[in-house]
Amino acid sequence: MQWTELIVFSALFLLVTVMGFLAARWQKGDTLEHLDEWGLGGRKFGSWITWFLVGGDLYTAYTFVAVPALMFGAGALGFYALPYTIILYPLVFLPLVRMWSVSRVHGYVTPADFVKGRYGSHWLALIIAVTGIVATMPYIALQLVGLEAVLRSMGLNGSGILGHLPLFIAFLILALYTYQSGLRAPALIAFVKDILIYLVILVAIIYLPSKFGGWGEIFNDAQAKFDATPSKADGILLTGTNQLQYATLALGSALALFLYPHSLTGILASRGRNVIKRNMVALPAYSLLLGLLALLGFVAISAGTKPIVNQATGRPDTNTIVPELFGANFPSWFAGIAFAAIGIGALVPAAIMSIAAANLWTRNVYKEYIKKAATPAEEAKQAKLASLVVKFGAVAFIVFVDPQFSIDLQLMGGVMILQTLPAVAIALYTRWFHVYALVAGWFAGMGYGMWLLYTIGNPAIGKAHFAGSALPLGNISIFGWHPFGASTTQIYVGIIALFVNLLVAVVVTLIAKKAKWFNGTDQTDPSDYHVDEDNPRVKPIAAH
Amino acid sequence: MPSEHKTGLRWSNWNLLLILPLFMLITPWFNQDEPRIFGLPFFYWYQFLFVVLGVVCVGLVYVKTKDEPVVTGKPDKLGVDDLDEGAN
Repeated sequence: MQWTELIVFSALFLLVTVMGFLAARWQKGDTLEHLDEWGLGGRKFGSWITWFLVGGDLYTAYTFVAVPALMFGAGALGFYALPYTIILYPLVFLPLVRMWSVSRVHGYVTPADFVKGRYGSHWLALIIAVTGIVATMPYIALQLVGLEAVLRSMGLNGSGILGHLPLFIAFLILALYTYQSGLRAPALIAFVKDILIYLVILVAIIYLPSKFGGWGEIFNDAQAKFDATPSKADGILLTGTNQLQYATLALGSALALFLYPHSLTGILASRGRNVIKRNMVALPAYSLLLGLLALLGFVAISAGTKPIVNQATGRPDTNTIVPELFGANFPSWFAGIAFAAIGIGALVPAAIMSIAAANLWTRNVYKEYIKKAATPAEEAKQAKLASLVVKFGAVAFIVFVDPQFSIDLQLMGGVMILQTLPAVAIALYTRWFHVYALVAGWFAGMGYGMWLLYTIGNPAIGKAHFAGSALPLGNISIFGWHPFGASTTQIYVGIIALFVNLLVAVVVTLIAKKAKWFNGTDQTDPSDYHVDEDNPRVKPIAAH
Repeated sequence: MPSEHKTGLRWSNWNLLLILPLFMLITPWFNQDEPRIFGLPFFYWYQFLFVVLGVVCVGLVYVKTKDEPVVTGKPDKLGVDDLDEGAN
């Protein structure tokens, strides 16, 4: 047991717990009994709060442990996180402000709300909502993996159900203050989380390389390690087969990120269009941080860091290499701060994700199918309860199911959420696609994507299915015909699935236009997409 | 409020700058070790430079399109009767 680390960690954890409960009173509206308030923090966050909130939301604890772990294990491929988070902002800069405006005029809380308004179809909205919930759940579970990696590094590495007790307590506290304060809790805690993360990474990136002979030495050590492995796919540079995977994984991940309901929650909670635009300029500061952090995976190679064995599963857990690196090379009190940064870093996104999933459930399932006449107060109550269910579902997942399963599901989640791109992102610009076509495309992309993931095996880790998202082009077959022969060049599955989705959607749309099928009613007006905060047409906050 | 005549899309040529960062996806351009800077292989520092490029591109688009009047895409073709509306 590492007491100094534990005490520093607990003190900081206590601090954010108090903040989480007090957040209910912070910038309080007239009532918390409305989704605009509980689920979107009053829709009035300014540039700074949004920067911390969205930064804390997108750059999660799991990212902070998994990206260096991937660099540690596979080399250059893990660096895709940098291009991913750089091209992200130019890609979403224009669509996001449109989404904000139209949502502000009509009071939309979720992406599925928008789809329902745009196409007048609650079935299409249901598909989008369910996709969002299913894709978000394993993401929440993975935040727990990040938190647990830290707890185990501090010596809380018990076996069996009891080994998960610290995790359970941490999550219970999180669940309680999220229930009480809603989105304001993670927004306030994000300040602490992000400041700690910046502090830790900057110290790590300046101090650690000098300790191990500088960057040149570190990269040479990494190269030597990868040369010694039998695998040809690893190394400090990309190989012939994984370059396409690198580029498409970065692109696919960037396209997918703001389709996740929790990312959009942070955007819809902001005050106006300029807040979002300024953040698109300022958020890459986190990308820089992530890039530097990724390099710590190589530092860990130089330092000879060994992943610790997870007592609950009996396997070495590479996600522990960053906590282990910090623990072995920092004084205990600073290691405690570093662990707290990662631990709190798990709480912020987990809270926002559970709120986003709860909003989807409440708006697009509960109010649509279970209780149509629900008042705003009943909606808020339902969402609070749903957020509890979602969080404990995630804990149960980690405790009772192998964490590897969550990682597999998260992999599938990325491919799934990408299939909502035509209905959510493209619909922001045009209603050219027919509503039937969007549904057909979704089924095609989803089905084909899942099938392709199933075909990916990796004998090296003893998995025949769902062993990753890198698809050898040779695996693609169209009714037995292999358009790419036996090519071993890899590509990200999500991109292929999205392509199939769009192809089917185009074909069905053309048929629908020929047959003159009714394409639903559009609640939105073209001018809705440019409305800003000072426009009289914005819907009053927390109005019925 | 139908009184606001706006079409669904606004366009500014500055938006084209948003394409520039996507060029970092062309991996053959930078998948090499040399030259190194501070020990960092070319592959890594080249991509770090794109953080700056991305910020500059998005920032320019933000600043340059901030006060842009709404481009309706259609010239103002009000009928004579519309112009005379106040006179009645």
